[in-house]
Amino acid sequence: MAQLTCENLSLGYEGKSIVQNLSFTVNAGDYLCIVGENGSGKSTLMKTILGLLKPMEGSVTTGDGLAAREIGYLPQQTVVQRDFPASVREVVMSGFQGSCGLRPFYTRAEKRRAEENMEKMGITDLADRCYRELSGGQQQRALLARALCATKKMLLLDEPVAGLDPMVTSEMYALIKSLNREGITIIMISHDVDAALKFATHILHIGDEIFFGTRQKFTQTRMGMGFSTLRGLKK
Amino acid sequence: MTDIFSQLAYYFQYDIVRYALIVGVLIALCSSLLGVTLVLKRFSFIGDGLSHVAFGAMAVAGVTGLTNNMIIVMPVTVGCAVLLLATGRNTKIKGDAAVAMISVGALAFGYLIMNKFPTSGNVSGDVCTSLFGSYSILSLSTETVIICTVLSIIVVALFVIFYNKIFAVTFDESFARATGTRAGVYNLIIAVIIAVIIVLGMNFVGSLLISALIIFPALSAMRVFKSFRSVTVCSACLSVVCTALGIVISLLAKTPVGATIVAVDILAFGVFSLIGAIKGRG
Repeated sequence: MAQLTCENLSLGYEGKSIVQNLSFTVNAGDYLCIVGENGSGKSTLMKTILGLLKPMEGSVTTGDGLAAREIGYLPQQTVVQRDFPASVREVVMSGFQGSCGLRPFYTRAEKRRAEENMEKMGITDLADRCYRELSGGQQQRALLARALCATKKMLLLDEPVAGLDPMVTSEMYALIKSLNREGITIIMISHDVDAALKFATHILHIGDEIFFGTRQKFTQTRMGMGFSTLRGLKK
Repeated sequence: MTDIFSQLAYYFQYDIVRYALIVGVLIALCSSLLGVTLVLKRFSFIGDGLSHVAFGAMAVAGVTGLTNNMIIVMPVTVGCAVLLLATGRNTKIKGDAAVAMISVGALAFGYLIMNKFPTSGNVSGDVCTSLFGSYSILSLSTETVIICTVLSIIVVALFVIFYNKIFAVTFDESFARATGTRAGVYNLIIAVIIAVIIVLGMNFVGSLLISALIIFPALSAMRVFKSFRSVTVCSACLSVVCTALGIVISLLAKTPVGATIVAVDILAFGVFSLIGAIKGRG
């Protein structure tokens, strides 16, 4: 059984649908890249998967031992966070909030896991630093560590490299790939088709034409060809 | 110097003076706790807005002639707080506009009623008291002190219990929601707590100045400290110290209590900004 199954989704807001009849599945260990132009409904799809929005039609179901609330999420940064006084440790710990329920404080085991996740992201020495004083890449690592606290199985990343310089971008991609190798399913929303073709196992293209399939198949389609030629032109 | 101390000692013989200090410190403590959250959520002005609502409700309560006007003031203010904070971002009128609308509306309505149905001969005196707090903080009854103490303990307890949740919801609401935190419920709790604090604080510093109690300690603490916990602790301590100092000064210098406290808060903000600037450079 797939970890995530979307069936006949129609997405949109205020009664206007932007994507119809979207169906795809994500299995454990997959690396799915969702690509598409601005306004094609990538963010709406993401919010629907996370359960923040209700689909206009169709359904999103989780399975294979994954509960709906166990998807770790790396959001795009908000304005509020830019001057928020919080230490990296506090930010990372807040990833456990969902599993806390009504319990007011964090357990020792959770604190240990938070330290492990910071270690994994290479930000242990930043734990007591103020989140707003970090560089963009460091902030993303902190948020990624937080997402890891919320999940052991699936990560949903919304434009994880937006605003990062090329060097940090490739580090970030390597980090995500290493998480994927450890068995965490990755769903990434991206503008960056290059990266999608390089790292992903599956591609979902939404927009006028919907495509879902493996990376190999995508490169054979007209769309994939189009992207390849575009890349050719750029280089 | 000994003069000042003997004068203070003289004042503190009286229960009412001690009551004023207790109530003041408690209100200062409570109001500073949520300040950080409100400032960060861009709701600094909610204190102002809600206190005007409380002012309007108080005018209505005065006309109805109820002995305990809390019965009307508290539910109305809580209702408005919920309306403003908990309905989220999907409303047609956005946060700051909604606050401004409710605030000004309630102010006008309250003043209208106070003028039309005056409860005492001195309407402008009444209005002034509601807006800037009373000189007669020294007229607190034992009952008020007990209510204040109980509510303050509840507020502080709720804040401690929900501290981590409030942090999560303030820092990143959509992440919290996505990972299963019931953000709506916690926004509601924040709204109710803030309304209770405002109604409590109104008698004390008045409805125009209550915002100062809520935001100044938080802003001062944010100049210097870097983590959410240290900012919260610092703003609570700072608020208590400033308020106690303000009350003492107002007793000695015979200045209005509310305005004196706010002046001390502003002074503290200046000092903390300076410290922050020096630390930032060093």
